[in-house]
Amino acid sequence: MGAHIEVAGLTMAYDDVVVVDDVSFQIAPGEFFGLIGPNGAGKTTTLEMVEGLRRPLSGTVTIDGIDPASRDPKLLRRIGVQLQTSAFFERLTAREQLQSFAALYDAPRAAVGAMLELAGLEDKAGTQTSDLSGGQRQRLSIACALVHDPDVVFLDEPTASLDPQARRNLWDVLRSLNDDGRTVILTTHHMDEAQALCDRVAIIDGGKILQLDSPAALIRGLNAPVRISLAPGTLALEEARGLSGVISADLENDALIVATRDPVSVLTALAGLGALEGLSVAGASLEDVFLELTGREYRA
Amino acid sequence: MSAFKSLALAMAKGFVRDKMALFFAIVFPIMFLLLFGGLLTDQGTSKSEIVQIGSVAVLDQAPKAALATLDISKESSEKLALEDLRKGDVDAVVSQTGDTLVLHYSQADAVRSSIVRGTMGAIVQSANAAASSTPNTYTLKATQVEDQALETIQYVTPGLLGWAIAMGATFGAAANLVVWRTNGLLRRLRLAPIPTASIVGARVLVSLGVAATQTIVFLGLAIVLFGLKLTGSWPMIIPLLIAATLAFMSIGLLAGAISKTEEGATGLANFVILPMAFLSGSFFPLDDAPTWLKTISNLLPLKHLNEGMLDTMVRGQGPSAAVWPIVILLGFAVVLTAVSAKVFRWDK
Repeated sequence: MGAHIEVAGLTMAYDDVVVVDDVSFQIAPGEFFGLIGPNGAGKTTTLEMVEGLRRPLSGTVTIDGIDPASRDPKLLRRIGVQLQTSAFFERLTAREQLQSFAALYDAPRAAVGAMLELAGLEDKAGTQTSDLSGGQRQRLSIACALVHDPDVVFLDEPTASLDPQARRNLWDVLRSLNDDGRTVILTTHHMDEAQALCDRVAIIDGGKILQLDSPAALIRGLNAPVRISLAPGTLALEEARGLSGVISADLENDALIVATRDPVSVLTALAGLGALEGLSVAGASLEDVFLELTGREYRA
Repeated sequence: MSAFKSLALAMAKGFVRDKMALFFAIVFPIMFLLLFGGLLTDQGTSKSEIVQIGSVAVLDQAPKAALATLDISKESSEKLALEDLRKGDVDAVVSQTGDTLVLHYSQADAVRSSIVRGTMGAIVQSANAAASSTPNTYTLKATQVEDQALETIQYVTPGLLGWAIAMGATFGAAANLVVWRTNGLLRRLRLAPIPTASIVGARVLVSLGVAATQTIVFLGLAIVLFGLKLTGSWPMIIPLLIAATLAFMSIGLLAGAISKTEEGATGLANFVILPMAFLSGSFFPLDDAPTWLKTISNLLPLKHLNEGMLDTMVRGQGPSAAVWPIVILLGFAVVLTAVSAKVFRWDK
């Protein structure tokens, strides 16, 4: 189970515009790896080159030593892909889609039932894909990518355009994917998703990898202040600003927000003053790391 | 093999469940067959209405067979009868004065009036022959040639079938290619461990199945409802239709490779197929068309399919009449497929 993926000096350009610029990384068997970045950052092009759909201008990709662009059937059998758009046969039911994909990979037919169960679509097995909800379609497309029990799975924005319930529901399916040693590569622009699912993430912008580490290490590296939120009126603003270790204190959205890099002494002081009403404490998230690295200006 | 089978099955199910595709491939052409077969075969068989004033010995004594195409009513007032004729309610008015037969007719309906004049002339002639004792020296037997001799259904069926096959194969290939490219299935299949040939082969198999269904339904209806008679070498239409399906699929492939959306592809296919059907004699014969039009029609694959089918299934020619059309259709398929492969893209 699992495969070793090695990417070295990957570069791609369209019409002289460089979209992927000297990207290198390695993924170990059993690892859940995330490629995150704003729209147009080059993450989909990178993924397509790793899948073998596109040949790089320069640089190399190998999956267990084989170039994926060679379309070696032995390697293709070990790869499962879920593409950005839900790519299904027209007017087939959920079960028939799985049966078709299983046949393309010579997978046992028993896998179809197991995949319907994994995707939670047993009672929708006879429904045509066009009549499924967005979340059901996404789960089905992931099930179609897994029906031949691949060693490597590529997921391209699997939760795009899903509502929060459907996203969480899909996370439960995704989280178990690398449990038995499968290598998983995910692209997403939901930072909470990358933080919740990935062992390591590469933050890409302008075709370059800006940072590559575990989400926790990236957040620690940011050394961002902790935000302590209190009910308004718990403490006067001036009093809060006077506490030792406090960087700033402001009223925001009906809450008193105290920022500090020394939460232990600030919380102790607040407890001593009996001013803990409505307390909540928030550390930095992967999103803060991402915005710090890629900037906050709007991109189309 | 199982990959090939499952692809073909998926495409076939997709077609059978697509009500619009079914309608345009099968029901729509059949509507034309019913329309052409029903309207045109009955032409000229209705009777001519004639009003007889008083006693007309020639008509009264004429054999029944000679009057078969006439519907004779009697009227005493000549004035009223002529009024009806002017209004177009009747086709002719006949009266007899001594040995002279007077026939009033209206030139308003030229075809009808010439039929009445011809019929009446023949009746008078045979009455004259009966009155004189000399037997007839000459008799005329009229025989028409070529397509005029073919009953309408004999001509219409091959042409409409050719048009139906052209629509089915072209639209099937065009829509399939564009839809699969835009929804990403082509990319998905490219990452599956199957050769491209099995995707193309499965599509060809499904299109041949559609063409076979169209042929069986079409010929069955034409034989049962309109009395279509197939001549000797009609089985040659099988290789003809296989070659034609490949040729029309290549048109669809090109339309699908060029177009970005399904609407664009079907629009482009329509733009090619409908004029081609007219110029290839699918709806009416091109015998009287100007030479330049006939030259253009010789460049169209449907024209050669239609000629090959007419020759073998209704004109009674030998199997060799299908050989050239088959060669031309296959050549057409090879050239257009090569062009499509040049402009083909896996993704958007």
